[in-house]
Amino acid sequence: MEVFSFLADGIFLALQPVNLALILIGVTVGLFIGAMPGLGSVNGVAILLPITFLVPPASAIIFLAAIYYGAMYGGAISSVTLGIPGASTAVATTFDGRPLALQGRASLALVTAALASFVGGTVATVFFTLFAPLLASVALNFGPPEIFALMLLAFATFVGLGGDDIPKTIFSICFGLVLATVGFDTISGAPRLVLFDIQGFVRGIGFIVLAIGVYGIGEMLWTLEQTRGEITTTNPKMTAKGLASDAKEAVQRGWKGTWIGSILGFFVGVLPAAGATPGSLMSYGVAKIISKTPHEYGNGSPDGVAAPEAANNSASTGAMLPMLTLGIPGSPTTAILLGGMVIWGLTPGPRLFLDESEFVWGLIGSFYVSNVAAVLINLAFIPLFVWMLRMPFTILAPLIVVLSIIGGFAASRSMHDLWMIVIFGLGAFFLRKFDYPLAPAVLAIVLGPIAEPTLRQSLLLSSGDPSIFFTRPIAGPITVIAIILILLPALKLLRRNGRVS
Amino acid sequence: MRKGEISLVGVLALFSIYLMWKSAELPIGYIRGQGPGGGFWPFWLSLGMLLSCVIIAWNWSRDKSPASASDEPLMDAFGWRTVMLVGGGVVGFVALIPFVSMYGAVCLFMLYYVRFLGRHSWPLTLGLALMLPFALFFFFEGAMQISMPQGLPFTQPFFDLMYDIIY
Repeated sequence: MEVFSFLADGIFLALQPVNLALILIGVTVGLFIGAMPGLGSVNGVAILLPITFLVPPASAIIFLAAIYYGAMYGGAISSVTLGIPGASTAVATTFDGRPLALQGRASLALVTAALASFVGGTVATVFFTLFAPLLASVALNFGPPEIFALMLLAFATFVGLGGDDIPKTIFSICFGLVLATVGFDTISGAPRLVLFDIQGFVRGIGFIVLAIGVYGIGEMLWTLEQTRGEITTTNPKMTAKGLASDAKEAVQRGWKGTWIGSILGFFVGVLPAAGATPGSLMSYGVAKIISKTPHEYGNGSPDGVAAPEAANNSASTGAMLPMLTLGIPGSPTTAILLGGMVIWGLTPGPRLFLDESEFVWGLIGSFYVSNVAAVLINLAFIPLFVWMLRMPFTILAPLIVVLSIIGGFAASRSMHDLWMIVIFGLGAFFLRKFDYPLAPAVLAIVLGPIAEPTLRQSLLLSSGDPSIFFTRPIAGPITVIAIILILLPALKLLRRNGRVS
Repeated sequence: MRKGEISLVGVLALFSIYLMWKSAELPIGYIRGQGPGGGFWPFWLSLGMLLSCVIIAWNWSRDKSPASASDEPLMDAFGWRTVMLVGGGVVGFVALIPFVSMYGAVCLFMLYYVRFLGRHSWPLTLGLALMLPFALFFFFEGAMQISMPQGLPFTQPFFDLMYDIIY
């Protein structure tokens, strides 16, 4: 019952005028960002994080979470009307959303996506409300070895389940962790890794510098080079009467995909590093496998739209669970939110539920409010978003650059950091050309300042004996799972070679 | 792509060695009573980066990655032109900030991008290039109380006028 009382307080906090206004603005901005090809929630949150320092932390995270939510809804708009996923999380939505649009049923696809997103988001928020306090109370007993084991698990998930080139993923993780060590050794206080003896590095490299470089400048260059302006729009014909009949059809023909996506998405989203993209792809696959009419998938099945859309919303809420309760982000966007919390002076992790209860429950309350706001704004303004999608990228791109640079300066007040944003942006573009995944580096630079002290404290506790990570009852199993995940790609390779021979 | 991949790995491997050397300025081993030294964590991570580079190079030699098996160029003429013009524009934008102030640099960058790269009309270009710096000024200096770089002294009359408006 205590949970419901906290939740009621949280919803009340989220409905306060300032927070409600931030939710409405955040959802609208998120819908637009999600709808723009090449931009996803992670870009929006990274670029807009510096401007949230104006409001208190509770309102700031409500605003950013609303952007995250809105972007998940918005991704479907460009998947359906342009045939280009607004973000990687909406890739699976194009499989059936685009065929529906080409059959003249864009409105049905968009309504199905909106309703499935709403159900996915709501189911996940209910799960979140039930599981988060439980997990946080367990995690209160964690010491440095347990926390380091969890960090190891987060990185191992990228290696084992990431699907990218493994050595490049490991390089990216190590690179992010090393960047986090630049500046001062937090334990001895000695200057460390002042690269090329440039004094700007004494202040360290903030995660936001890397995040804005990668997701602002780098992503914009990538989109410019990849899309080449060849985009054609399919305009949905939407009327109030048509909307009602589409909603009825969406419920009848998309309910199964919606439920699969809602439940599967949440649990995939909870896994560190998995996030909404694998969640939506996996849900699409499962919905197709258990469907009685799998041949309809890929040809315009509402279930094929509902499953990934419910899943990406559900997973985005799921990804917040380890972030708030354990201090481990479940996706690149939550990694940036976590970094933001540190800047706002909060310590993510189980103590947050005790020390900053109003902050946590305000955020959870905002999930419910944002979800309702997102579905209403989405359905009401789909034609407007489609119209906005016609904004040439030659206007949007310089706006992204300007926001990235000026936002980067607002966060750091340093020209050195602005140059680092540019260098990271250009570097990210070329690294991506050679398939180096960059999300692990962003995750690593956020988690590095937590991972290093916990490793050193653990080794100090055990007088340098690394078996401390295997002998403690909670740290042990987590470390073993992490090691299995790290070895998983090698085991798969050995099995494949065995089959070939 | 093939040459590009191995060249990039070479650069990253050299950078990893540099990081190992730089980390070793602090103790990289275990110090009795104090735990691991300050260089311990970055040194072993840099070694991890170097080993990853070795494996990437080994995979390259066996044509295992898409880039190493590709004879395609890294980018075509359009790609290089885009990166040079846009990337160069971003570098120019940041380089101009200490001279013409943040807002002056925003104005010049918008002029460059919207008019010369986007080929939009002059009214739209001027509208964006002039309105955006004003909007950003009121947001950052007025609402958020964050001062942006003001450039060389010749920009001061503009800032004096604007501060008179907001204060």
